[in-house]
Amino acid sequence: MSIPLSHYLVLAAIIFTIGVFGIFLNRKNVIIILMSIELILLAININFVSFSAYLGDLAGQVFAMFILTVAAAEAAIGLAIVVVYFRNRGSIEVEDINLMKG
Amino acid sequence: MIAGLAFYLFAGILIASAVMVVTSRNPVHGVLFLILAFFNAAALFLIAGAEFLAMILVIVYVGAVAVLFLFVVMMLDIDFARLREGFRRNAPLGLVIGGILLIELLLVAAAWRFAPEAAALRLQPVQPDGVTNTEALGRVLYTDYVYAFQIAGLILLVAMIGAIVLTLRDRPTAKRQDVAAQIARSGSVVTRRVPIGAGLAETGIARPPLPEAPKPKQVEHQGGGHH
Repeated sequence: MSIPLSHYLVLAAIIFTIGVFGIFLNRKNVIIILMSIELILLAININFVSFSAYLGDLAGQVFAMFILTVAAAEAAIGLAIVVVYFRNRGSIEVEDINLMKG
Repeated sequence: MIAGLAFYLFAGILIASAVMVVTSRNPVHGVLFLILAFFNAAALFLIAGAEFLAMILVIVYVGAVAVLFLFVVMMLDIDFARLREGFRRNAPLGLVIGGILLIELLLVAAAWRFAPEAAALRLQPVQPDGVTNTEALGRVLYTDYVYAFQIAGLILLVAMIGAIVLTLRDRPTAKRQDVAAQIARSGSVVTRRVPIGAGLAETGIARPPLPEAPKPKQVEHQGGGHH
């Protein structure tokens, strides 16, 4: 391996931070928030895969696959909720969603 | 050397496209940049030696998740200009929190090293005999992690059913089979004595009396909710 592990970790940290930043930046747009969550999960996956490669342990790749599963499920459910919410309200602004609070 | 150059190229494109995902004006462009980011992450996985995960990333993320995002973004008629209000206002807070988070993560990454007993604590050491990545993953996944694998399948099933239940619309105009009405109808079956040799021209076509069609259930919609 010619690339040090720390480079992978720094890259994953940067991607993770961009994802968190995106959530703060687009506080109104649920779709971009969901995309930011996908970015965060991608950063986690990069961490898992790089540790797995450098430690010579396949368990990391197995768990990265499970994270992929959870990310796909989360995207499907989240987008379904967005579609239903848009049908009812005609907008997807996050700040309106707290109407359900008792 | 080549691997190093490729790593920095793909990492640079990955970071740039991730930035474009969160800052793009048009969410469609955001989704396309997300696809680019996934492709570059797949390339990084290839460099790290995880071929199967790289292909899965392309198939699952680009082929399914990103296209799902694209469908939703294009299907919903959203006023994206309104959603971008507060972009400038939220940016400093996001930058501060993101900066703190990044510094913390970099500190962790800088002061990090393997524990001395890490090699002995491996859960699934990679077999040295030249099995491919896919085969090695399969050997592990279907034996030691078979329960987790089944649970992953269950999660996908729940997500599928949940998405269908959430988005399925029961329109009042839809024509459905009404089993109770079918069973309860009477008088529609009659026996008739037909003269021998008589054709349709003489007897006519026997049609049962049409039962009055049950009214489709009127689904009450709450009409848009609060406005």
